[in-house]
Amino acid sequence: MSSTSKHVGGQDHLPADTRRTMDQVNASLPKRYRAERRFRLYGLSSVVLGLLFLVILLGSVIANGYSAFAQTYLTLEIFFDPEVIDPEGTRDPDTLRLANYNSLIRASLREIFPEVSGRSEKRKLYALVSNGAPFQLQHQVEDEPATIGQTLSVEMPASSDVDMFLKGRIDRNVPEAERRLSDAQIAWIDALVEKGALDKRWNTVFFTNGDSRDPEMAGIWGAVKGSFYMLLVTLALSFPIGVAAAVYLEEFAPRNRWTDLIEININNLAAVPSIVFGLLGLAVFLNFFGLPRSAPLVGGLVLTVMTLPTVIISSRAALTSVPPSIREAALGMGASKMQATFHHVAPLALPGMLTGTIIGMARALGESAPLLMIGMVAFIVDVPQGFSDPATALPVQVYLWADAPERAFVERTSAAILVLLAFLVAMNSLAIYLRRRFERRW
Amino acid sequence: MLIAISVAGFLVGKRRAFALAEAAGGIRSLHSLPGHYGLYTAIWAGVPALLLLFAWKSLEPSLINELVIRDLPQEVRSLPPERVGLIMNDVKNLVAGNIVSGEISPDIQAAADHWRRLENGSGISRAILSIALSGLGLLFAWRLIHPRLRARNRVERVARRFLLACSTIAIVTTVGIVLSVLFESILFFRSVPITEFLFGLKWSPQMAIRADQVGGSGAFGAVPLFAGTALIAGIAMLVAAPIGLMTAIYLSEYAPRTVRSVAKPLLEILAGIPTVVYGFFAALVVAPQIRGIGEALGMTVASESALAAGLVMGVMIIPFVSSLSDDVINAVPQAMRDGAYALGATKSETTRQVIFPAALPGIVGGLLLAVSRAIGETMIVVMAAGLSANLTANPLQAVTTVTVQIVTLLVGDQEFDSPKTLAAFALGLVLFVVTLVLNIIALTVVRKYREQYE
Repeated sequence: MSSTSKHVGGQDHLPADTRRTMDQVNASLPKRYRAERRFRLYGLSSVVLGLLFLVILLGSVIANGYSAFAQTYLTLEIFFDPEVIDPEGTRDPDTLRLANYNSLIRASLREIFPEVSGRSEKRKLYALVSNGAPFQLQHQVEDEPATIGQTLSVEMPASSDVDMFLKGRIDRNVPEAERRLSDAQIAWIDALVEKGALDKRWNTVFFTNGDSRDPEMAGIWGAVKGSFYMLLVTLALSFPIGVAAAVYLEEFAPRNRWTDLIEININNLAAVPSIVFGLLGLAVFLNFFGLPRSAPLVGGLVLTVMTLPTVIISSRAALTSVPPSIREAALGMGASKMQATFHHVAPLALPGMLTGTIIGMARALGESAPLLMIGMVAFIVDVPQGFSDPATALPVQVYLWADAPERAFVERTSAAILVLLAFLVAMNSLAIYLRRRFERRW
Repeated sequence: MLIAISVAGFLVGKRRAFALAEAAGGIRSLHSLPGHYGLYTAIWAGVPALLLLFAWKSLEPSLINELVIRDLPQEVRSLPPERVGLIMNDVKNLVAGNIVSGEISPDIQAAADHWRRLENGSGISRAILSIALSGLGLLFAWRLIHPRLRARNRVERVARRFLLACSTIAIVTTVGIVLSVLFESILFFRSVPITEFLFGLKWSPQMAIRADQVGGSGAFGAVPLFAGTALIAGIAMLVAAPIGLMTAIYLSEYAPRTVRSVAKPLLEILAGIPTVVYGFFAALVVAPQIRGIGEALGMTVASESALAAGLVMGVMIIPFVSSLSDDVINAVPQAMRDGAYALGATKSETTRQVIFPAALPGIVGGLLLAVSRAIGETMIVVMAAGLSANLTANPLQAVTTVTVQIVTLLVGDQEFDSPKTLAAFALGLVLFVVTLVLNIIALTVVRKYREQYE
């Protein structure tokens, strides 16, 4: 626009240009329209670019992760040798627990491949089975001691390298020195596939186990439970406190410096980096109050402090949207201020408050930085059973696995991300549903 | 147990109110609703006992600790405080049934038994006292109930205090953050001068464990960290600012309703994805790609380049920038647009020369908030940026940031008196102050701007 106005104004000084203003404008139109189209294109392309990033991000996670939901299992004929498990026949639980189940698996493998000899060759053969397989046998025997002496065909997880190979993530055309499986191992795998002893099944272990150093035995259940306990603490604290604070600020607070200060504080806290809340948790909850490290209780407290501003802000918005006529009607009927608020205004604002709280919870579920500060990054195999057991959270588990060197953990990490995203989508859809279902326009 | 007594208090109070009302001639003679008398009784039965319980719980450990230390043999007590602390740790572990370091001397065993006895005694007396207090409260309130008792006003006063207390938690949190960070930082600045921390050019937070250790002197000059943070945040803003802004302009000025209603929520998804996912994406997908491209062009690229972390962080911030700018652009009155159109301006001319200048303060505020997000972002840089504190402006090299260093210094076991740990709190203080200043400026600017058009 400035260019046209310059032309218009410049007419007096530029006698060379004696055309009418209209002609000048018309002459400049093509150029201006081109600029218009260019600008529009920039806008469109940045929207497309943003969406493209989203697609690439989700696409790469899904492409990496979908295969983790299947796991390769190896079916072996296992002879539960009484000589190995329980030579004295006492069926003593300690004996059963400490028996060398690994040798049963090895014996079975040697039977299939009698030609394998030499220590290193044998070790390579044994490496096809997961390190977790002996424990599976152990549990089987402990649950049912009658299996001792029988020969059963048992399905046990194959090692992660075998799994990766069958999923095509280890390429057999790569030179031997550069891949994790030797030529001999690949030949054995081919033979086992031929026999039908190797097959892929739904990966239950991934959903029922805690963390493990062996990718094929690692699961997210421990992390999911840790996250669950944490969110429970967060919900139990941040919803009542947040709603109470919002009710006070919106309905009761006098306008003075103190409430102004509170308001500024809440707005600022909403924008403080999450890691600072982790520092707070470390210094106050762990060092000052001496609460246990790595506990979901402490994690929940930190996340409460972090999500409170979000909950308060959205609850206040919900309260403001309730029209004053409701309050006035209640007060007119002789209700006290407190009764008007809690019997009439708060219930009407409840869906809005719940929506805000769920969104806050979703944010808390995805948060990991403050949890690193309070020691929830430890390698924890056991599934937590309570609020003070050491635990990790789902996003922290993602972080831990992302650091692990094994190729198979890339797949698990992506799968864990998919689970995390599924939870987030579920929570956000719930929030949207609540909003759609109960939102009232006044 | 206390809950049960409180519920009983509620019922008893309510019944008494009814009974009194009967005597005084109907329910109308009561000042408040019967339920209020019940609540009043319940509060008297519950709250004081709960407070007692809370105070007891928080004082108990340190008190027991004191008592046990006082009963330790003379020779143990005369040891330096750290040693006593170690011994007390053993005692505590023994009480908790954990593995104890070293063998258990009779002294420690005795102390542990003593501890257990004290704890049991304390538990029993705590329970008895709180139940007694609760019962007394109930009785007291029961006696007080009278048709003319202003039970509702009293109950409401308590409720109001509770609400006020909840709303001050925000302030308590801020104070807590400031105090905890400041306190440790002051300890840190006692061993490392503040000028060296703020202006020193070398960062290697290794403290010598032995005096003769080589290369363990430790240097706490944080300038490389600040530079690294600025570099990565700068790259992120270079990505996010134009894309976010143009997205907002396109969606609010050009896009048809249907496109807007689809594209906007989709972009919001980007904001909802946990940062750890972005970190994974940066480390696994983006960094190797950038490295590959760089090597194809004949450049040396570190495997953890600042560029990868910055780019991904930029993607993360796009929806943040676009939704803030969107709000601001929508707040520009329609009359200004109509005026520009009436003068014959095209849409892009209107946007660039009328709307953008009008919205500029708000947009700047939004960008400042985005910068503060970028500075405080942790997971992406922890996973995709390096640990080496290089002082460089080359985006292809590895740099480290304030947040990365806080995480590396504090993850794992740490003792609370080494400068290494305290340095993390000093960094946290810097981070908090910088983001706080940015936020305050941004919020003020945005608010001023809103008021201008309302």
